[in-house]
Order: sequence, then structure tokens, then C-alpha cells
Amino acid sequence: MSKNTEDLKQVVDQAIAEQKVPHVKLKKMGPNDVDVDKLTKPSKETRQEYWGKGLTYFAIGLIIVLVVSIIGFVGAHGLATFFNDHVNIFHFLTSTDWDPGDGKNHVGAAAMIVTSFSVTLLAALVATPFAIAVALFMTEYTSKKDAQFLQSVMELLVGIPSVVYGFLGLTVIVPVIRNIFGGTGFGILAATLVLFVMVLPTITSLTVDALKAVPKHFRQASAALGATHWQTIYKVVLRVATPRILTAIIFGMARAFGEALAVQMVIGNAVLMPYNLVSPSATLTSQLTSQMGNTVMGTLPNNALWSLALLLLIMSLVFNFLVRLVGKKGQK
Amino acid sequence: MNAKSRDKLATIIIHILVAIVVLILAGILGNILITGVPHLSWHFLTSEASSYKAGGGVRDQLFNSLYLLVLTTIISLPIALGAAIYLSEYAKDNWITSLIRTTIEILSSLPSIVVGLFGYLLFVVQFGFGFSIISGALALTFFNLPILTSNIEQAIQGVPQAQREAGLALGLSNWKTIRGIVLPAALPGILTGLILSAGRIFGEAAALIYTAGQSGSTVDYSNWNPFSPTSFLNVMRPAETLAVHIWKVNTEGIISDATIVSAATSALLVIVVILFNLGARYLGNKLYQKLTAAK
Amino acid sequence: MEVINKPSYIKTFDSDEIALSTKDLSVLYGGTVQKLFDASLQFKKNTITALIGASGSGKSTFLRSLNRMNDRVATINGEIIFHGLDVNKSNINVYELRKNIGMVFQRPNPFPKSIRENIVYALKANGMNDKNELDQIVEESLRAAALWDEVKDKLDKSALALSGGQQQRLCIARALAVKPEILLLDEPASALDPVSTSKLEDTLKQLRSKYTMIMVTHNMQQASRISDYTAFFHLGHVIEYNTTAEIFTNPKGKITEDYIQGSFG
Repeated sequence: MSKNTEDLKQVVDQAIAEQKVPHVKLKKMGPNDVDVDKLTKPSKETRQEYWGKGLTYFAIGLIIVLVVSIIGFVGAHGLATFFNDHVNIFHFLTSTDWDPGDGKNHVGAAAMIVTSFSVTLLAALVATPFAIAVALFMTEYTSKKDAQFLQSVMELLVGIPSVVYGFLGLTVIVPVIRNIFGGTGFGILAATLVLFVMVLPTITSLTVDALKAVPKHFRQASAALGATHWQTIYKVVLRVATPRILTAIIFGMARAFGEALAVQMVIGNAVLMPYNLVSPSATLTSQLTSQMGNTVMGTLPNNALWSLALLLLIMSLVFNFLVRLVGKKGQK
Repeated sequence: MNAKSRDKLATIIIHILVAIVVLILAGILGNILITGVPHLSWHFLTSEASSYKAGGGVRDQLFNSLYLLVLTTIISLPIALGAAIYLSEYAKDNWITSLIRTTIEILSSLPSIVVGLFGYLLFVVQFGFGFSIISGALALTFFNLPILTSNIEQAIQGVPQAQREAGLALGLSNWKTIRGIVLPAALPGILTGLILSAGRIFGEAAALIYTAGQSGSTVDYSNWNPFSPTSFLNVMRPAETLAVHIWKVNTEGIISDATIVSAATSALLVIVVILFNLGARYLGNKLYQKLTAAK
Repeated sequence: MEVINKPSYIKTFDSDEIALSTKDLSVLYGGTVQKLFDASLQFKKNTITALIGASGSGKSTFLRSLNRMNDRVATINGEIIFHGLDVNKSNINVYELRKNIGMVFQRPNPFPKSIRENIVYALKANGMNDKNELDQIVEESLRAAALWDEVKDKLDKSALALSGGQQQRLCIARALAVKPEILLLDEPASALDPVSTSKLEDTLKQLRSKYTMIMVTHNMQQASRISDYTAFFHLGHVIEYNTTAEIFTNPKGKITEDYIQGSFG
């Protein structure tokens, strides 16, 4: 112990002895005198801060006002159907009789609701296996370079305007369906196929994120236990990523549900309860798109359309809520 | 079936599905470009659209699309920038902030047709702007704001915290630090986000049908007075964009060459979007290199 | 088991020698996690004081509280006395305060701008526009940071092209250009190689003639090489504060002794 302290003393003494102050070159450089008064007074910085904060608060405030007013305006017009025109909500949701021009007993949106949900669910159902396969391929099966390439193609696909998808659906898918199944070719099947392509990149890229978020050591641990590549993927990677993959699917469904023009171009636009996948029908969005211009503001037919818009808005809130719910579950 | 053959089967299935997707993608891009590009002539790009006979072009639609893009960007960039700065620099980690984030998520998940109809209600009807470029630009701003805000926020958050501390430790205000140090460092990311969102704006139609309108008025490209009704710069005139044009000629149009016009317009749209994509990447990299250049 | 929160020895100075002092300074993170307990320290003018202690001992937290850099993430109670004023009050203009109490960080953090711009940026923001004056300050502060000879020919090149050690000295020059009275250094050499570290230490030794410096360090040798006084932190408490020579060769507290023995061992 004493030897140790001796050694230490020597080391420190030597270090302190080396603390010779080198030649001082600081002639003009040196601290400013402290102006104590300035320390308690607002300065230019305080004002900058005030303005900067103000501007950003204003911007965020604007967005909040915007969202609130969208919900408010659409809500007010959408509810007018029920409060001013006294349409029965239950009737609105369950009747398939859509002819608002004929009065309040002909405002039934069930056909459109069913069609909207059908195309959304079917598109997600078809797209999900493909999306998961592509995502697995990108993260588990191929080189970074190939994955990068697929990724950029997917991004490009997201960037293609929806009318272009609609146009392709109209000129490629509808004729093919017409040839195979007869009829007009318009209908849920055509809409499903168009939406499938549109939601595929959305679901895929979110699934890729989900798979990438699974820690590497999970895979290594599983492989070390002798699991095959697929067992590792199926039992470990996909299990762990499930909540986020679900989120990806919900995002895809939200996109499908809200898509207007591409669907409107291939669905056939006849407000009829779809009896099969190739009969012309109408979704909430397609009906809004094609009819809003044909009604007069404030009349029942117009208000009825706003009710459809409100329904869309509510569904988008529901999708939002679902994403959160699944996300929270996933965290536990 | 044992684990090994299961593994093999899964690999095969995955490869088949991927192959199908690649084929679909190639088919889509190929179809658009092959059917459209041959009709993309100088004449097509520079002549007026025809309302009933074949042989029309998309000059006005092209200009309207670009003009709306520019206006929308001018309106939405400052707001998105402000909101993004608020979220990344000023927002405290509390329930108000998470409520604000939820609000922005809601806006981003709203169907664009709903945003368009709101624009119709507020600007076209309530404010009496009618079907006009300004109504369209405002509707597109709503549509654009959430995604642009979150892109910019990400870019800003990518700037190391040490940079902010450096600025603050020198006695700079938060605001000056953000403006002078954080934003320049985030510029590549911000620009990439801006260009990508520009691609979205350029192709958007649903939000425009009931705001910017589905028809054009006679436009005089030599009239530089933005208040004159025939001026190409007039923001109160109705304006059909390329994307709306495709929709219009396919659903309500009567021109005989609708398919050709839409194919060519589609190709034009897709090419522009590709250019935006590549441009965003190129510019982002370039700027990034310039900022961190070891000259 | 020794009572950890009882200081063994706390050095004090005459009031006219003190550049900065704290009284019962406590720091709470997130309203619940206390990182610093009642730290009362006095820092003598024109000296280098080293703050030592294990990770999580609260020394960095203490340092960052002195120029109010922790305001956004933590609640800071107690007094920080600077020129007779408690600068931990809410009415204090923190921007002016930081101009008088500069800071250099653990990792070099030059702005992605030119070397010159790094130094003049804050000055310009303060409204200084005279080109000659700015040039002069650039030269003087780079000289003071012992960097001038190495960079005088490339002042308009990107600061990011400099080596880590040069970047750190640039950060010191940048801090000096604002002409602070006190310089806070948060492990300024931890990311540097031995040669750069030694240059940095020489620089700091020179600066002592004009500035008061408070430096967090993990490196005991460094603390003994350049500091006049040393404060030892342990689990958020200041255990011992004395001249560096005393602390290292004749520590009063058992924990201090153990820590120093262990660190030199």
C-alpha cells in the first residue's frame, strides 16, 4: 500500500512539474468584460426566438385548424342528411335503394358500402402474400443491390399517378375480364386488380421496414439451434414482425378504401348491390367522384353525397385508430 | 414433409411470387411507355386539347400541371417547414404534441377525394373562388402538407444534436441555430422530400376535379398580366391538369382518339414522375457531398 | 460503508478570486431521476479545474448546467453565481450568459461550413460585420487555439476536412472568438489520439492566463497534467474538492482514494 502511494506520488509530482506554462502568445485575445446588466435583459436573440417560435406555432396551428375544419365542414354537411332531411341513419346504412332525388326514403348507401369494403378487403387479401413474399425476398433472400433495385422500382410504382392505374385498368384489365367472363368487364374484380397493384408497394415497403426491424441476433439464435432458413423466417422473423406487418396491411387498406379515380374508372358506376365480382357496381369514392358535379348544393341529393364523404372520413379515422391499436399491442 | 423440403418449397414459392410481381411491374411500365411514347410528339406537347375531334394535344394541361405544382410548393413549403421545425425542435414530449402528431397523421390518411371536396366546399363555394387554379393549389396544399411536413421533419432530425449544441453554446438563439446551422445541414433531405412530394402533386387528380376544375379556358401565353382573365398566369381561371385530363377523356370525353391521348399523357406523367424521382436522388446526393465535401 | 453523500473536503476561495460558483445545485431528469445532489463548488479565476469521477457520477450533468445547456431536458435547482448574479433564474438571458460562458464538447462538432465561417458565424449573428475586424478575430482565435499555422492557407476550405484534433481546436477557437470569460470543456480530448491530445492540452495550458476553465475528464493523467484544482464526483455528489496535487497524492476521503488508486493502477 505505501509502495503504491509512493509510486502514485511520483507520477503525479512529475506530471505537475511538467505543467510549465508555455510562452503566452495571447496578446489581444481575451475575454470581454461581462456586462451584468445584459444578463437580465432581453436581447436580439430573445426577439429572434420569439419570432421563430411564433412562426412555427403559427404553421402548426394552421394545420390543426385545417384538420379540424375539414372534419367540421364534412361532418356538418354529411350530418345534414340525417338532421335536416331526416333520413334514418339505419336506413342509410342498410338499404340498397339509392335514388336521393326521389326523397328521403331512397337514400340507402348499403350497396356502395358493401362494394367499398369488398374491393378493399379483396385487394388487401391478394396483395398481402405477394407483398410479404417480395419483402422476404428483399430482406432474407437476396443481395443488398437487388433489394435496392426492387426498392426503387416499388418507389416508382408508388409515384405513378392513380389515374394512370385507372387508365391501365380500363384498357387492359377490363377487356380481359370481358373476354373471360362476358358482361361489361367492369366491376369489383377489375377494381380489385387495379387496387392490388396500387397497394402492393405500400404494403411491401412497410413490411420490409417491419422485417428489417427484427434484430439480427434473433435470426442467428434460431439458425444456431439448427432451424432451417424457412423455419427461422416463419417461426421467428414473421412472428416478431406480425404487428408491424398488420399495420402495413391496414395502411394498404386505407389507401385502397380512399382511392377514388382509379376505382371509378373500372367499377362501372352503377349503384347496385354487387351480386358477383364482374357486375358493375359503385364504391363510396366512385359515387362521390362521378355525382358531386351533378347535384345542387344544399339539396338532399347533394347532402346524401356528403354523407358518403363523411363515411369515408370516419373510415379513415377508423383505419388510423386501428394502426395505433395494433402498434400499441405490438409494443407490449 | 420434413423441414428441409418445406424450406425448399417456401423458397420456390417466394421466388415465384416475386417473379410474378416483377413481371407485373415490368408489364405496367412497359405498357405505359410502349403505348404512350410513340404518340409523344412535339405537336402533342404544344397544341391545344381538342374537345371533340382527334389530334388534340396537352399544351395547356402540361402548363397547368406545372403551374399548380409551383404554386402548391410555394404555399405549402413555408407551412410544412414551420410545422416540421416546431415538431422536431420546439415540441415537448407530452400529450399535446402527440395530439398534434395524430392530427397530422389523420390529414395524411384522408382520401384525396375528401380533401378535394373540402376544397370545393370552402374555396369554390364558400369563398367564391369558383373552379380555379388557386382553389386547386390550396386543395393540393392540404393534400401535400402532412407528407411534406414529415419528410422535412425527418431531414431535420437527421442533423446531429451536436450541431445544435454547438450553436447554442455560442450564445445563438434556438431559431438562429435552426435557421443558420440545422436547416442548411438538412437541405439535401429537405430537397429530396420536396421533389418526391412534387411527383405526387403532379400526378394528383382526385383533389383537383372539384377545385381546379375539369375544363380549361382560353389561355393567352403572351399575356403576362396575372389579373387579366385570359392570362396564363391568372390564378382565378379554371385549369385542367394532365392527370385530370386522362380521367376526363376516359370517363366523359367524346374524342375518338381518347385512348391514344390518355396513353401519351400517361407516359408523359410517368416520365415526369421518374425524372422527379431520379432528380431527387441526384440532387440529394450532390448536395450532401457538397456539404460534407473534404475539399 | 461510508456515507456517500458527505463531502470529505470542499475547497473554498476568497470571494474576489471566484469566477463562478454554485450553491446547492441539483439536477433532476424527467422530474424523477436525480443526477446531481446539492453541489456547491467555487471556481477560481484563471485556473483549470478538472471534474473527475466514474460515468454517471454527475460531473457532465453539473458542467452542462453551468451554461444552462440542460434546461430543455432537466430541472435544475439551486444557485449558479456569476458576477454576483444567480444565473439559474428564469429571468436570465441565457444567450448572453452563454456568450460569457463558452463550451467545448466531447466530440468535435464544427459546422459544415468553411473554417473561417465556423469562427465568424456567431459573431456575424451578433451583428459584427467589419471584414477587417472579423479577419483579425479569426487569426487571433486560431492562434490562441494553436491552429493558425496549420490552417492559415485554407481558411475557406470545409472544416470537416480537418483531422479530429484540428476540428476540436477549431471548436475551441470558435468558442474563444465570442470572447467568453469562462470555458467549459466536456471531455474535450476523449475522441482524440495521443498526439492531438497533447497539443490540445498545451493549448489549454496557454489559455489559462486569460480564461477560467472547467473541464470534465475521464483521464486521470490528463487531470494531473493540466489542472490546478480537481473535484471528485461520485453518484451525483461532490465528494472532494481540492488542489490537484492534494487530491491525487493525499485524498481525504476513502472513495476518492479508491477511485484515484484504481484509475492510475
